Amino acid sequence: MSSRILPYFLISPVVIFLLAFFIYPFVLVSQQAFQGDSGAWTLSNFQDVISYWKFPISLRNTLLLAVAVVPIQLSLALLMATMVSRMNKGRDLILYVWTIPLGISDLAAGIIWLAIFEQSGFLNSMLSGLGLIERPMNLLSYQSPVIVFTAIALAEIWRATAIMLVILVAGIGLIPKEYYEAADVFGASKWKQFIRITFPLLRPSLQTALVLRVILAFEIFAVVAALGGTLFPVLMGETYAYQFDLLNSGAAAAIALIILGISIAFTMVILRVLRVPKGASI
Amino acid sequence: MAEIEIKNVAKNFGAYEALSDINLTIADQEFMVLLGASGCGKSTLLRIIAGLETASSGEVWIGGKRIDHLAPKDRGIAMVFQNYAVFPHLTVFENIGFGLRMKKLPNEVVRQRVEKVAELMHIEMLLSRYSGELSGGQRQRVAVARALAMEPDVILMDEPLSNLDALLRMEMRAELKGVLAESKTTAIYVTHDQVEAMSMADRISVMHQGKIIQADTPIQVYRNPSAKFVASFIGNPPMNFLPASRSGTKWSVAGAKFTGPETKIDILEFAVRPEDLKSADNGICATVKIVEPLGAHLLVTCTVEGHLFRVVMDSDTSLKTGQIITLAPQANRIRWFDPETALAL
Amino acid sequence: MSETSSNNGARPVGSGAKLVYVSSVVLLCAWVIVPIYFLLINTLSSPETVNSFPKSFFPEFDFGSLHFFAEFSGMITALKNSITVALLTMTMSILIGAPAGYALSRFDFVGKNLFRLLILLTRAFPLPLLALPLAVMFIQTGLDDTTFGLSLVHTTLAIPFSVLITFSLFSGIPLELEEAAWTLGCTRLSAFRKVVLPLILPGITASAIFAFVISWNEVFAAAVLTIENRTLTAFLLQNLGTSPLHLKFAGGFILVMPALIFIFAVRKYLFAMWGIANR
Repeated sequence: MSSRILPYFLISPVVIFLLAFFIYPFVLVSQQAFQGDSGAWTLSNFQDVISYWKFPISLRNTLLLAVAVVPIQLSLALLMATMVSRMNKGRDLILYVWTIPLGISDLAAGIIWLAIFEQSGFLNSMLSGLGLIERPMNLLSYQSPVIVFTAIALAEIWRATAIMLVILVAGIGLIPKEYYEAADVFGASKWKQFIRITFPLLRPSLQTALVLRVILAFEIFAVVAALGGTLFPVLMGETYAYQFDLLNSGAAAAIALIILGISIAFTMVILRVLRVPKGASI
Repeated sequence: MAEIEIKNVAKNFGAYEALSDINLTIADQEFMVLLGASGCGKSTLLRIIAGLETASSGEVWIGGKRIDHLAPKDRGIAMVFQNYAVFPHLTVFENIGFGLRMKKLPNEVVRQRVEKVAELMHIEMLLSRYSGELSGGQRQRVAVARALAMEPDVILMDEPLSNLDALLRMEMRAELKGVLAESKTTAIYVTHDQVEAMSMADRISVMHQGKIIQADTPIQVYRNPSAKFVASFIGNPPMNFLPASRSGTKWSVAGAKFTGPETKIDILEFAVRPEDLKSADNGICATVKIVEPLGAHLLVTCTVEGHLFRVVMDSDTSLKTGQIITLAPQANRIRWFDPETALAL
Repeated sequence: MSETSSNNGARPVGSGAKLVYVSSVVLLCAWVIVPIYFLLINTLSSPETVNSFPKSFFPEFDFGSLHFFAEFSGMITALKNSITVALLTMTMSILIGAPAGYALSRFDFVGKNLFRLLILLTRAFPLPLLALPLAVMFIQTGLDDTTFGLSLVHTTLAIPFSVLITFSLFSGIPLELEEAAWTLGCTRLSAFRKVVLPLILPGITASAIFAFVISWNEVFAAAVLTIENRTLTAFLLQNLGTSPLHLKFAGGFILVMPALIFIFAVRKYLFAMWGIANR
């Protein structure tokens, strides 16, 4: 086969696949969201969804989680990545341990932290062992929304910092060592080196890491289901509820589009803020 | 018989013209070197002959057969790559036998041929090793052996020695020349190293900006460069140039008079190689700027009326910076160029 | 770097700083491992212990919870479904993704940038949401509630990764090796089979494992698209409200197991894969 047609032949399976299972359903979901029961074009699905009393709460919860979790993950991942880059021996082992959560699903992470936060769990056991409490407290309940939020946030930080770490370690690996040697010669402190060399040159990786992380943050679902149940409604959970409990697929589609809209908006902001000037990459 | 004919070959990458109208005939068993700086199109030309690249237009013939539409495997060629391209997952034996296995030759024939070329390239003790266990020079030998084992009509080499260190390169140069002469194949050899080109080639094609400027024997290319580019590219240090103007029947160069060619043009360029100059009582006056003792001789960089001028002198000569010397060129080594066309007269 | 520079004496760092450094590394390791250890304790304890208070900080090596998990109606089927879907996803995403990865690394073609954009877009998209309309489409085509139907959705999730990872793997094999094979009598296909494939196989395995885990861990689409043929994640999610604690913990542990093995198996490739996939 000629090398002019061959590449198209090779990419055609992916293209066909994505057309069928990505583009086409995307068109369908948009259609569903904007069509009423009669099939006429309408915004009623959006009106229904937004006016429902749970919507503002779940929107607020989702955003609050993202705002609380992502910056902590970013700083933690940056800290871990710089620590690893200074490591000589044991680097592989430490990296292995730190990246374990990468392979753990959000549901499993939720269950893991449930083992800590449930009433007979390890947190209560520890507190009573230290003599701080007499009876195990019901931590994940209506009475303690802050603890529920904290538990979910901790589980998310625990689970999804690894993906950022991997991207940042790979990114730091691409920065030539000579830059740091040059900075050493000029007498720049380690902190200055981080601010002036690592951070700017890491921008493409930061972009990728943040975009991925923020999108996943808006998709948060199973961690919440495992730890908070219905105590802590989030957008993705509402989508699920509309689809199955309320059997209203038009409304489910409308929420899906809202999540999508928020994700795209945040992606744009991140790309804009962390944009790399042309020709300034490594 | 494997004569190679390249007819009107051109290659464009978008708007960029990598090769334009290349015509070259390489005789059977000839050792042809394509010489030029990086980006001159020499590798592209080689890859077009190999079939790794398709020409935008033109024809390639090998042994009287047009082959430019054939896949590389059907062209009767073998190739040695710059980075050796020794397969890392195969032993040296399997690397050398790779092409023979593809031809589905019987095991016994493969073994015999592999052992024969391995012996020729002095790597018979490495046959069971993997490429990761070989030095650069050994990998180079494997790559050549693998090409020779194919018993090709034409062997193509793309800067095969450029990744070796200087000493090894000199040793391999001589060895490669001998082995290829023995094998009686036609060879095309791409390099940017003029010493390699001069020492190995039957003929050199000097390339510049996608064109062959001169294709001739090494000594011709050196003594009678057909263009100013060749004169300034070949030779280390390269030829000296000075402007010459008509003065009666003679040509005046920096105050000295020389017999020049008959031409209608009034201004010429005078050229002479640094080693073809001697100090004399009268001739070209030069001011010494830098003196570099190179052991075998002395490289003296001067200026003549503001033009850079280099001279190779005997290493016993004592010279000081700022000193003015008078230099006389060897008359039969003077060359003249037309400043308009940059071609030799 | 504080370590290296203190070693060669260029900039002596006090042992205090080193202590802070080492203890934070240890602390961060504990932060990752201890929660998993807690889950392990619960899994290897009897159902009674799991529901009692206070908890012991050592496992009693009782397989009661795991036994209960295995006996729980539908759980083993769900586990089998999870494995089937993950295996299908793994196979399809490599078979579909790898050729595109090869095309991206070896050819310049019109539309290449558009194609890369499509891939990146897919990755930057809350894909599980698309399970909603697909549920309808699958009912029309008879793919609803089948492992194959779900694996199609999971393959969509895994494809951007398998394309970008194989792209970076193929880019790591010098084109010269393939060209050498062509001049030695190979066609494009046989050169690929005899030279590229043997060299790339470990990396392909790593990216296949990656696809396996993406499918294994996926919750939302699995819950939306399956009813009778639940996968393990969907099954656990559906029964979160009603199932006893020891069942949740045993199920969670079964979910975590492959992750430990997976990260270990692909650790060499993890960073190289992301290094190029970043661009």
